[in-house]
Amino acid sequence: MIYDIKVSISYRYGAPVLAGRHLIRLSPFRGGTDQTVHAASLEVTPGPDDRGSFRDFFGNTASIAAFETAHAGVDVTLTTRVERHAGGPASAASLALDALPETLRGIRSLESGSPLHFLGASPRVRPSRLLHDYAADHLPAFVSVEEAVRLIGERLNADMTFDSGATTVETRHEDAFTSRRGVCQDCSHIMIAVLRSLGIPAGYVSGVLRTTPPPGQERLAGADAMHAWVRAWCGPSRGWIEYDPTNACAVATDHVVIARGRDYSDVSPIKGVLRASSRQSSSHSVDVIPVEMAGQYQRQG
Amino acid sequence: MPRGGTAAQTALERLISGYRPTPGVPDELVDASGAVRPVWQRFMQHLAAQNTETVSRMFARGDAYLRSSGVFLRQYTNEKATERPWPLSHVPVLIHESEWETISKGLVERADLLERVVADIYGDNSLVRDGILPGDLIAQSPEWVRGLVGVAPVSRRFLHFVAFEISRGPDGTWWVLNDRTQAPSGAGYALENRVATSRVYSDFYADAQVRRVAGFFSDFRTALLDMRRSQDSHAAILTPGPFSETYFEQSYIARYLGLLLVEGEDLVVNKGRVCVRTVSGLQPVDVLWRRLDTLFCDPLELEESSQLGTPGLVNAVRERNVSVVNALGAGILESRALLAFLPRIARHLLGKPLSIPNIATWWCGQEAEKAEVLSRLDELVVAPALSTRQMFDPEEASMTGPALRAHGLVRARDLIEREGRTLVGQEAISFSTSPAWSNGTLVPRPMSLRVFMVRTETGWSVMPGGFARIGAEAGTNMLSMQTGSAVADVWIVSDSPVVKVTNIGEGRARQPRARQGALPSKAAENLYWLARYVERAEGHARLVRAQHVRLSEAERAGSPLLTHLSSYLTLLGLGPSNGVPPALAEAIGAASRAAGSVRDRLSQDGWAAIMQLETTLKTAAARDVRAGDDAAGVMGTLLRQSSAFTGLLQDNMYRFTEWRFLSLGRSIERLMALSSALSNFLQIGAPQGSLDLALEFADSTISHRRRYGFQASRESVLELLALDALNPRSLVFHLTELETHTAPLAELVDTPLVRDLRREVCRFAAAFPETTPDEMGPESFLQFRKEIGDLSDMLTAAFLN
Repeated sequence: MIYDIKVSISYRYGAPVLAGRHLIRLSPFRGGTDQTVHAASLEVTPGPDDRGSFRDFFGNTASIAAFETAHAGVDVTLTTRVERHAGGPASAASLALDALPETLRGIRSLESGSPLHFLGASPRVRPSRLLHDYAADHLPAFVSVEEAVRLIGERLNADMTFDSGATTVETRHEDAFTSRRGVCQDCSHIMIAVLRSLGIPAGYVSGVLRTTPPPGQERLAGADAMHAWVRAWCGPSRGWIEYDPTNACAVATDHVVIARGRDYSDVSPIKGVLRASSRQSSSHSVDVIPVEMAGQYQRQG
Repeated sequence: MPRGGTAAQTALERLISGYRPTPGVPDELVDASGAVRPVWQRFMQHLAAQNTETVSRMFARGDAYLRSSGVFLRQYTNEKATERPWPLSHVPVLIHESEWETISKGLVERADLLERVVADIYGDNSLVRDGILPGDLIAQSPEWVRGLVGVAPVSRRFLHFVAFEISRGPDGTWWVLNDRTQAPSGAGYALENRVATSRVYSDFYADAQVRRVAGFFSDFRTALLDMRRSQDSHAAILTPGPFSETYFEQSYIARYLGLLLVEGEDLVVNKGRVCVRTVSGLQPVDVLWRRLDTLFCDPLELEESSQLGTPGLVNAVRERNVSVVNALGAGILESRALLAFLPRIARHLLGKPLSIPNIATWWCGQEAEKAEVLSRLDELVVAPALSTRQMFDPEEASMTGPALRAHGLVRARDLIEREGRTLVGQEAISFSTSPAWSNGTLVPRPMSLRVFMVRTETGWSVMPGGFARIGAEAGTNMLSMQTGSAVADVWIVSDSPVVKVTNIGEGRARQPRARQGALPSKAAENLYWLARYVERAEGHARLVRAQHVRLSEAERAGSPLLTHLSSYLTLLGLGPSNGVPPALAEAIGAASRAAGSVRDRLSQDGWAAIMQLETTLKTAAARDVRAGDDAAGVMGTLLRQSSAFTGLLQDNMYRFTEWRFLSLGRSIERLMALSSALSNFLQIGAPQGSLDLALEFADSTISHRRRYGFQASRESVLELLALDALNPRSLVFHLTELETHTAPLAELVDTPLVRDLRREVCRFAAAFPETTPDEMGPESFLQFRKEIGDLSDMLTAAFLN
């Protein structure tokens, strides 16, 4: 499936800001085999005084935009065409959950895909006894890691109420879990924390969802904004799988990956540090249109 | 044992007769038989030859030096900073040169190994791949900066300045307790200890054959400057700021080495390059000696909540445009669990064990090691695996055997079973003892040593000496070091006379240390406001004194003049209160805070003058100051102290950019305060005596008497206070000052804002003298005051932002 994607994020400041520096992770992910980027451009207005980009540790494209003159706001727009490939049936079996600790002890790699990065606490994720018990009691004996991920995702999806007013981008996952309310970011962080509490390596994926569903299907939750989901490591043969707890589904051709990391702090679309404090407001919009539908869509517009 | 004459020998024997080290614990001063070790002989004879009174006087000399230098110990308890006198143990620790050579060689070997380890951790991770170092340990460390993996430092090395905490074990050999690779503190304190201790033993030190430490600092300075890519760029010290526990040391070293001291917000990354914002624009910084932990260095790529860092610094490192000492991320070497693997790494990389080992450590993330720790739980120390704190840091969350028992061994076992990968077990440390002076006699106290090393072109240079920590209690375990320990100088004693380098840079081509305009904008801003607040305090004190003098001279409290004055005082925030009025206390507090931020740029005496203002304030606040004479006396004291500061600036300060901002601050404040006072005291209908008040406020009573006689008229007062260019208290005089001081600043940097400022200052200074007293009314003075306020804003925008 090929998509034309447009993501716009804009910030407006209450008073002009003297200088600012932004780190942007909004370009589609280029590593891996599940998607191909045909074209991508990232536009920043006003034009920054300094720009640059680099590939970060986890393989994401990070762009820098620095302003050294007063400005009242920043607009960032991604325009890209990405081909999302349908994954075939699983080529290898997942490891059993019980076998995970021993396997992990044998891992001697710190490459970006190594499961060792995705264990224990990270800046926005804190595994706990509570989260361990939340999941462990409901898992059958001899369960595989992959099956455990699906069961946990489904249980979490059933327990959580999607509520964009309940949390903010800064909300701790413990609080979202207590209220059982939140958005994709909260569901993903909670699920990652649960998985890591069980010793399953788990990470965070930011991306976008197809905006309009295929004929006859329901629109996915979170399709009008940037989305987030979870990846988990199922042993050396099966490797990484991705799961969307907000929609209780395995990640497939409706999901386009932007960035991967340990948690939100590794992938946040825009991090900025401004000189002079100022109130700011932000808004963003996402369009993910299948290319064969693009013309049809325009006629409607 | 060399005989130094019978009398001397007897005195020495008497001095150490009560000195009883714990059996089985090595002591620095005496050997197992109780005989004084050769390296201590001459020093001990010197000490023994002094009577108790002389010894007290000697020690007092050292303490006086430390007090007058402003060296103190800052501690944080419950978010509140307290300061106490620097806890110098006046007896140095003496180590023979030959033993020092062995220690130095061992630590150099260790530093080289650590360099290889950190290069591997940020390189291709062969130690993990080969199974020597568990990957989990690196991956879970918050000090591992993933964003810098694969980035080779532009200086080609990660480590440039390191320290080791070492102690002598029961068998007499040295052990490493901690490797300090993040941002080791203490080198400046070692220097201060040396100066203080050499004053204590001033009759002895010169010929004591003690190796000098100045050469080490000279090496360090050269190393930092040589890492720059061009002569035009700076090597700067990056400080967490005045609230840091070791800020004094940082500002002291900055002054001693002649390097810029900057905070994160003084720096900006511009076109990939780190620059310091100065009053003459951005200037490149090629080298940063950071005293700031890695995670706080860049809010964009590291700890987001950090207020101390510089956004973009990590990227400047990534683009290899700045050398950071030590490299960002080098603190990972301080992780306690790494000590468990260094012996293996040494065998793997060097083919032999380290000649100075570290204390035995087991990481509980491995099954066999976990079992070992569990089986010896009551003798080991259990601590967080990734902790980078020192073992005797009181905030360290470690548990020793006894504490573990109290904690509940069952719970501790459970914790280790479940959370093994986050914990280590360590052999409990024991220390050797060294003499300390207590109640007129010598007592053995546990001792550990911090040794400093800097990388030079030709290899590591080890500071011959260091920083000794002396336990407060006799015990030789870790707990005895945790609270109230003292510090001592470390003397490396040579068998032959030593080279007496006392000044860094001796014997080298002199490099100019600072350039005009290399003044960080924020430092300039602090200097500017320091001068303004001192001037404000002075003006306030003068007005308050005028009030109390009149009260004491039996002027009726309700007289028109006093009523008029007190309503003006209330307007200024100087309303009636016991002790010191709030606005005056605020001005002094603000002056002292501003001074604290630019301590590296003030002379010792200038700093002391500000501290005296604070002391007067505190003393007055602590008692009930009575209106009248008493209060007038306090104000008089404050006036003399603020004049002392102002006098120092005018008399002693080098006519550099710093001085210009101080002078501008003083003039601006004086112009604003005086114009405000004139508008008030010269208004139509002001009560009788107001003219005298105006003269008194401007400290011009005598000048007026000389020029115009006793009778003040509106015209004579205005002539003198507004228009007389010879009166250093007049408006015209300070307008000329503004003109004088902005001229050289405008030559430093040419921007539209600077040109605007300069034009306005010149216009104002030319126009005002044309005004006649008749044209000066209350409104015109208020307008004048507003325009000066605008000039201050323009100055801020032009230079200080």
